[in-house]
Amino acid sequence: MCLGVPGKIIEIYEKQGLQMAQVDFSGVRREACIEHVPEAKIGDYAIIHVGFAISLLSEEEAQETLELLRQVIAAGEMEDEDLP
Amino acid sequence: MRHIIATGLKHPTPVELIMTEKTPDLQGPVCPVPKKHTETIMLGHGSGGKMMADLIKDVFYSRLENEPLLAGNDAGVVELTDGLCLAISTDAHVVSPLFFSGGDIGRLAVCGTVNDVSMVGAVPLYLTASFILEEGLDIKILEKVVESMSKAAEEAGVDIISGDTKVVAHGEADGLYISTTGVGLLDSRIEIGGSKAKPGDKVLVSGTIGDHGIAVLEARGELGFKTQLESDVAPLNHLIEDIMAVSKNIHVLRDPTRGGVATALNEIARQSGVGIILDENSLPVKPAVVGACEMLGFDPLYIANEGKLLAVVSPEDADMVLVAMRKSQYGQEAAVIGQVEAEPAGRLLLKTALGATRIIDVLAGELLPRIC
Amino acid sequence: MKYLSEYRDAELVHSTIAKIAERITQPWTMMEICGGQTHSIIKNGLDQLLPEEVELVHGPGCPVCVTPLELIDKALEIASLPGVIFTSYGDMLRVPGSRGDLFSIRASGGDVRVVYSPLDAVRLAQENPDREVVFFAIGFETTAPANVMSVIQAERLKLDNFSILVSHVRVPPAIEAILSSPSNRVQGFLAAGHVCAVMGYWEYLPLAEKYHIPITVTGFEPLDITRGILATVESLEAGTNVVKNAYIRTVTEKGNRSAQAVINRVFENCDRKWRGIGIIPGSGWRLKPAYAHFDAEKRFHVEAIQADESPLCISGQVLQGLKKPDQCQAFGAPCTPENPLGATMVSDEGACAAYYRYRTQTPHAGGIDHD
Repeated sequence: MCLGVPGKIIEIYEKQGLQMAQVDFSGVRREACIEHVPEAKIGDYAIIHVGFAISLLSEEEAQETLELLRQVIAAGEMEDEDLP
Repeated sequence: MRHIIATGLKHPTPVELIMTEKTPDLQGPVCPVPKKHTETIMLGHGSGGKMMADLIKDVFYSRLENEPLLAGNDAGVVELTDGLCLAISTDAHVVSPLFFSGGDIGRLAVCGTVNDVSMVGAVPLYLTASFILEEGLDIKILEKVVESMSKAAEEAGVDIISGDTKVVAHGEADGLYISTTGVGLLDSRIEIGGSKAKPGDKVLVSGTIGDHGIAVLEARGELGFKTQLESDVAPLNHLIEDIMAVSKNIHVLRDPTRGGVATALNEIARQSGVGIILDENSLPVKPAVVGACEMLGFDPLYIANEGKLLAVVSPEDADMVLVAMRKSQYGQEAAVIGQVEAEPAGRLLLKTALGATRIIDVLAGELLPRIC
Repeated sequence: MKYLSEYRDAELVHSTIAKIAERITQPWTMMEICGGQTHSIIKNGLDQLLPEEVELVHGPGCPVCVTPLELIDKALEIASLPGVIFTSYGDMLRVPGSRGDLFSIRASGGDVRVVYSPLDAVRLAQENPDREVVFFAIGFETTAPANVMSVIQAERLKLDNFSILVSHVRVPPAIEAILSSPSNRVQGFLAAGHVCAVMGYWEYLPLAEKYHIPITVTGFEPLDITRGILATVESLEAGTNVVKNAYIRTVTEKGNRSAQAVINRVFENCDRKWRGIGIIPGSGWRLKPAYAHFDAEKRFHVEAIQADESPLCISGQVLQGLKKPDQCQAFGAPCTPENPLGATMVSDEGACAAYYRYRTQTPHAGGIDHD
C-alpha cells in the first residue's frame, strides 16, 4: 500500500475551496491537494500519495539519517543511534 | 482424496489441501484470481504483453502456420531470387490522442513500419497506407496527419505508393486509424533475427527508454501530469545502415514498442534459448520518465518506445557499434545495457544497483497505475 | 530523484547490511506489513543480500489482496448499471469477482475508468451531472485522507451524483490478530511507513507492550528497509520491545493530525472481513451515518450481496506469514501473475507476484515454467 513519492511544491493556490499545489517530481508536474499539510510552503518537499500530500519531508532529519550512516562507513563503528 | 503439499525448509508442518469432486478449478473466484480472458478481447490483448502473445499464438499462429510468420521477427522475410530476400511488415496505428508532444499518428504510422522492416536488416523501400476515417473528423486534421506522413517518409527515404480510404460512422474510429505495410530488400546472407543471439554477445540500446509511452500518457490527460517530454518517434533505418556498415556481427535488432525493453528482450531470450542479463546502472532513462514512473508506479522497462532499438552484437564489435550509434542522429545516447549468457535459457535477468539479481518478466496485460 | 536516490545508495545499503550481520546472533522472524515494502525488498534483491538469520515474512499489507470477494461483486454490480461511471485506482481492475472483473464489465460496455486521485472522480461527477459517479474507495490508513476528502468535497460542491464504495482496513487490529494467533511466528514488525505518516505510531505502543514485541516504523527505499531491519534486530538482540522510528524524515509519533481529524469526521470503526484471514473486529472503516448518502452500497442497494470463498489457495497463510509463496504447490503453475490464484499474486504488491516477478530460482516443485 502507499505508493508515496517525494515531490517539490512549486506553486500554491486555492481551487474550489481546497488548498492545492503544483508539485514537481524530477521534471514531472502534477497538481496535488495540500489540505492535510497546511503549513506547507513553496520549496518544501512532500510525500504525495494519490494526488494528496500526506506529510512534509524534514530536510534536517533526512540529512541526519544519511549523515549517521556515512559516519558508519568512515569510522567503521556505529553507536546505537538514538532513534526517537 | 487428501493431498499433502510439500513442506518448506523452515516449516516441517505439512499443509493439507483437501481435493474433492467439488473442488473448483483454480481459476476464478477461488481466490481473487484475475480471470484469464480467453473468450472476449480485452484492452490488455493489445498492450504488447503476454496476453497479446498468447492471443497471437492461440488464434493466429495456429491457423496461419508458415515459417516466416512463426519466426516471430518484426518483419516476414522470404527469398525472392538467389541472393535476394524480400522483407514485409504491417502495423496498425490507433493511438489516442492523434497528436502528442514530439509526434502524431501519421509519423508513427510511417516510422513504425519503416522500423519493423529495418529490424531484420532490410532496406525499407515502399509503404502502403490505409486509412479508416471517422465520420465528423475535421479534414484539416487529416491534412496535418498526411503532411506529417509525407515528411516522415521523406526523412526515411521511402515512398508511399499505394493506399486506401474508408469511412466509418461517428463514434467508431477514435477520429482516425491508419494501417501501413512496408516492403524492403535484403541480401540473403544477412542473418539478423530474434533467434540469433549468442552467449557472450552484448546488448545495446540506442537511447533513453520510456519516452514515448509517457509522452502519450501525458497527452491523454487522464492522469493529470505534465512534462517537457517528447515522444521519440523516429525512423531508424539510417541508424541501422550506419551500424551495419561497421559490423557484420549484429545478431539481433528489435524495436521495443508496446511492452517495452523488458518484453522485447524476453522474446529474444526465448527465441534464442539464451539468458540475458541487464545492468540496472546502465539503463539510460530521462529524469522525467523516472519521475512519472515513480509517481504512477510504473517501471520504465515496460514502457513503449517508438524511436529506439535494441541491438545484440558480438562482443568484439560492441564498442564499434556503440560509437557508430552515437554518431548517428537518433543514437546519441546509446549505451551498452547488458549481455547474453547461456543460462538461464529463455530468461531475462536484471542485476540491480545493489548487486542482487532478479528476474524481469514480460508485461502481463494492461499497464495500470497503482496505489500500492 | 531527491529524497529517493540517496536512499538507494549501494554503499550505504551494503554497510547497513554488514552492520546487521555483525549484530545478529540468532535467527529472527520479522514481518513487513506493507505491500510496497515487500515490492521494494524483492525488486532490489534485499532478501538475497540480508544475512540468513533474518527471516522476512510478508504481511497482509495490500488492500487489493485483502478486499473480500463480496465487495468486488458489489463493485461489479454497480459498474454494470447503465448511467454509472465507475472509477477506481488501477490496482483493482484485475481483481476478479465471482463472475468476471472490472475489465469484463468495461469490455461489455460498462463505463469503468481508472483515476489517479479521488478528486479526479469528484471532477467527473461535476462534469457529468446526469450520470452517477462511483469511486471505489479502497486502502489502508494512508489512502483514507484522500478518499474521505472526496466525500467532503462532494458535499461542499453539493453533488448529488457522487458516492463511494468503501473498503478500508486498518493496520493495528491486523497486527493484533496476527500476534494473537496461536501459530504466530512473527517476532518483530516493520510498520508501514506511509500508514504511520498519516496515523503516527502511537497506536503501536500498547501493542508492543502487550505482546512484548519490537516494532519499527520503516520506509520503502532499500536504505530505509535495511535501517528498519537493523533497528528491529538490535531490539530483538537486546530483548526489548520498543517502538522505534526509522523513517524520521516523514513520520512523527503523533502523525498528521489534520489528516486524522478529517478521517474521524467521515469514517467510523467497523468490523471488516480480510480475504484469507476472516473478520477482524474493528479493523475497518465505514462512512458515518451523517455521510450515509455518499455510501454507494446503500445508494445502489447492493448491501445484500454475499459471496463464498473457497480457501484453496494459501494466500491467507502467506498473508499471515505462515507460508512463503514458493511453498505453495500452485506457485508458478497454474498460479502466475497473469493467471494468479491468490490475492497475493493479483496485486503487483502481493507477495507472490513480487516473488514470481523477481525471483531467480525457478518455481517450487510441482510448478512448471509458465512459457
